[in-house]
Amino acid sequence: MSKKAKTYKHWKLEYDKADILWLHLDAADSSVNLLSAQVFEELNLILNDLATDLPTGVVILSDKKDSFIYGADIKEFTTLENKGQAAAFLKRGHSLMNKLEALPRPTVSMIHGMCLGGGTELSLACRYRVMSSEDYSKIGLPEIKLGIFPGYGGTVRSIRRAGPLPALDMMLTGRMLTARAAKKIGLIDEAVPLRQLKHAARRFIMEEPKARKPGLLQRLANHKYLRPLVAKQIKKQVAKKARPEHYPAPYRLIELWQNYADTPGEMLRQEINEVSQLATSKTARNLVRVFFLQEALKKYGKQVEYKAKHVHVIGGGIMGGDIAAWCAIRGYSVTVQDQSPERLAKTAQRAMQSFKKKFKKDRRAIVAANDRLMMDHRGIGVAQADIVIEAIFEDVDVKQELYKGIEPRMKPGAILATNTSSIMLEDLASALENPGRLVGLHFFNPVALMPLVEIIHGDNTDETILQQVAAFARDIGKLPLPVKSSPGFLVNRILMPYLLEAVMMVDEGIAPESIDKAATDFGMPMGPIELADTVGLDICKNVASILSKTMNVELPKNLERIVKSGHLGKKTGSGFYQYKKGKIQKNKKIQHGNLQVLQDRLVLKLLNESVACVREGIVENEDMIDAGVIFGTGFAPFRSGTMHHIQEVGVAGIIEKMQAFEKHFGDRFKPDMYWQKLMKK
Amino acid sequence: MARNVYIVDGSRSPQLKARGRQGLFSASDLAVQSAKPLLLRNAALFEHIDEVILGCIMPGPDEANIARVVSLRLGIPLSVPAWTVQRNCASGMQSIDSAYHNIQSGLSDIVLAGGVEAMSRAPVLHNDQMVNWLGGLASAKTPVLKIKQLFKLRPAYFKPVIALLRGLTDPVVGLNMGQTAEEIAYRFDISRKQMDEFAVASHQRLARAYDEGVMDEVEVLYDTNGNCYEQDDGLRRDSSLESLARLRSAFDKQYGNVTAGNSAQITDGASWVLLASEKAVKKYNLSTIAKITDSQWAGLDPAVMGMGPIHAMTPIMKRKKLSIKDIDYWEINEAFAAQVLGCVAAWNTKDYCAQYLNLKSAIGEIPHERLNIDGGGISLGHPVGASGARIVLHLAKILERKNAKRGIASLCIGGGQGGAMLIERED
Repeated sequence: MSKKAKTYKHWKLEYDKADILWLHLDAADSSVNLLSAQVFEELNLILNDLATDLPTGVVILSDKKDSFIYGADIKEFTTLENKGQAAAFLKRGHSLMNKLEALPRPTVSMIHGMCLGGGTELSLACRYRVMSSEDYSKIGLPEIKLGIFPGYGGTVRSIRRAGPLPALDMMLTGRMLTARAAKKIGLIDEAVPLRQLKHAARRFIMEEPKARKPGLLQRLANHKYLRPLVAKQIKKQVAKKARPEHYPAPYRLIELWQNYADTPGEMLRQEINEVSQLATSKTARNLVRVFFLQEALKKYGKQVEYKAKHVHVIGGGIMGGDIAAWCAIRGYSVTVQDQSPERLAKTAQRAMQSFKKKFKKDRRAIVAANDRLMMDHRGIGVAQADIVIEAIFEDVDVKQELYKGIEPRMKPGAILATNTSSIMLEDLASALENPGRLVGLHFFNPVALMPLVEIIHGDNTDETILQQVAAFARDIGKLPLPVKSSPGFLVNRILMPYLLEAVMMVDEGIAPESIDKAATDFGMPMGPIELADTVGLDICKNVASILSKTMNVELPKNLERIVKSGHLGKKTGSGFYQYKKGKIQKNKKIQHGNLQVLQDRLVLKLLNESVACVREGIVENEDMIDAGVIFGTGFAPFRSGTMHHIQEVGVAGIIEKMQAFEKHFGDRFKPDMYWQKLMKK
Repeated sequence: MARNVYIVDGSRSPQLKARGRQGLFSASDLAVQSAKPLLLRNAALFEHIDEVILGCIMPGPDEANIARVVSLRLGIPLSVPAWTVQRNCASGMQSIDSAYHNIQSGLSDIVLAGGVEAMSRAPVLHNDQMVNWLGGLASAKTPVLKIKQLFKLRPAYFKPVIALLRGLTDPVVGLNMGQTAEEIAYRFDISRKQMDEFAVASHQRLARAYDEGVMDEVEVLYDTNGNCYEQDDGLRRDSSLESLARLRSAFDKQYGNVTAGNSAQITDGASWVLLASEKAVKKYNLSTIAKITDSQWAGLDPAVMGMGPIHAMTPIMKRKKLSIKDIDYWEINEAFAAQVLGCVAAWNTKDYCAQYLNLKSAIGEIPHERLNIDGGGISLGHPVGASGARIVLHLAKILERKNAKRGIASLCIGGGQGGAMLIERED
């Protein structure tokens, strides 16, 4: 009977003259390949058939354009209700991978484009991996970002191929590797340009070269006498980034390796056990939710087809300059305008530093980015730009004057975006002939690292312009969050009462170190005092004083005092903390005592302001509040945002606590009226 | 019927003096940065450029066909061809001339043409002995042979070849360029004082031009160390006869009169013009600065290559039946004060005109106040591949600002040639 008789929904079988089976994955009804239950079932059937009719070899490849396999279907992941179900789910994957691995013929995973999670584990179950060296081809095991680690045998097999140190590093950081890097650590066998990829795959099938083994150092690190030492070191590294009580998965992964590295069979079984437990934990569920929040933000950029060609940035300071450099990095032709060539010279210098940071030693990429960026003290770019981004200092009159000057020179249909963080859009729009073209595009500092941009719509902002700007934000790799124009927008508004509460604590005589610890214990990436110092106390004060006009916040006196004295934080070498060569000097000997009240005070401010934002409809829904605080403030991702946290802790308890605090600390802890509505929900 | 050719716009970099070490900008860096504002101003034409032509004598090792490298770095569409031209010191004018002919004949409608040179980056080469020794080492297959070859290495092999010095020496007559200027000074009896006076005037004129804000074709150059360059940095506002008199002769040691002070400076720089046919001017509704109406190349004795300009200008004057007073402004590249003064003297001498230019009488004297009115190579430098484009662009700018009718740009060319270009403004 012909081998080609059977057809499948997701897989396509193709035999060549040498009787090599080219097994094409082309997941139906999806733009990318996900390892759904159906895809697995079909592969299982295919492998069963192969057992009785063996080809020369099997090459697994993707039919999706420039992408391989994006891993497991995370939606299926969310349907697992308990550990038992999760374990059964993983076991299915394990038996499939084992079957693939046991095939008595050479197998090759031919990777081109993104290869994530389950896709990498499937590849590792093949005898060989060949990968295209195009720079958009990346391979990795990013499961850790979802609060788990590889659960289809990836822990055992990645360590077997690459050795424990590189494999653990990859799994613990969730880092994606280029083909070159992956080959260097032994994760893949060959990295070649796309044009040679099939030749390479065929060669591995026909010649069956010996598998590469990890080097001596890696074998030593894997030795049972050394493992505890190595594990301890790795845990130390991990502890700098994540705490075990917040993020248990990395620690469990290290322990899994430490305990079972000598018995791969047992390690595989324990992997199922550990991952099924983690997968159904609150942390993982919350992190998966963060993943979907991110996907939801991305959708805002997909409402229209829009591609700007030229971006003109006005203001070559840190924000404007960094925005311009970032746009150039992302492939845009960019001009940046400032008052004098001398100022722009600093902008050009800073931009080059950004390019070098981004592209490392890739000189051609650095030169190309630099060539896309032009210093433009005359402002020629205004007339050519599809998007003009204004990032000058916060002054309504100056901005209005500027707008009046540039609007007549702008192309029809060109967008005017302001990076203002505190001025109401309506106040600026009044200077324009066509106020509909003005939109807020609020970046966060540092531009290269902060994933979120707030897309601010005023009363007049044109709907199409909003969608175009969101598409632009996506195109430069940022997450767009539509926000209503109102003081502080979303992120700064939620952040500010929290920062001020912290500053007030300093005024009460509490050590900044204790305040910051209370916040980081909760899971904030940086304490509020350190954050204020980093942002700059003058900027904090400005934003706070603008917000204090409309919101129930009072400006702490010590903030005013410290700003007046010229201690503006990190940038001046001292603020609430002292800095030596830009490094913060914290007093490590402080006895912290019980930080619970401090933590409550800080967190309640965040929660209460979030609730106020829901009431005012600042963003589309409660989920978007969570997205905003996570990607804009770094609010503990494992808690999945302020609104989600409220639901987890319980509305009633929080209201009670706030009322108690109101009595003790005063008005500023008065619960927002919307809490009662939340109560009823 | 030849078509009209217009200079639509142009830009150049500030010219930066070579200071005994590699400049911060490669030739393509200079060309790219100075072209960017020009292209952005004329963004409507960007997609319609037919070709890019760039003059350059010594591109860097990563700049083979530097015109194409620059074109790609500027993001000009891949389908637009780019080629590099080389006629030594006139490479920048050659590129404009090539563009001029291609537009005249209808092959192109819009051309980006210019010249560039990073003289500070001229290569330092191994001498022949070293090259042969290295070749021998590479072909020694066994360790024993390799060791044998190692023992053959001699200290003399390390003596480098300075490409810049070689490039500035005529290989046929064996004179360096400064010596050809001395030769002209000798033949026309030009004194040290005359040369130095000319040099001082060059600096004063350039200083005045910047002060009056008429150098707007110069675009700011930015390095990546936080510095910007707004003007030609070889300008010496304090230049005086006294200070120049103190300098020693640079080429004919001890007895010569040509010094570093009355010669063009060795600099890095790039200049561009955007040229368009009449058809393109109408189609895209372009404003123009000037029209190119004639050009000429000429050859002469390499030992007096500095006389090149008059040999190239004379046929144009004849062809167009022009006399000195018909030309409103002159740009004659200042390679050496002696050489420009020699040109002026020769045209004013019946003997020379009769013997070398086949004329019955002298053409007359080019008025000093109409020659290089905003300075020249002596004050702002002579990046060899770029100067030809610079003088054509600046002459067009002068005609525009003075609302004048006609000008000639011309330069001498190492190896014994001259190039000239006639440009005019329409009433």
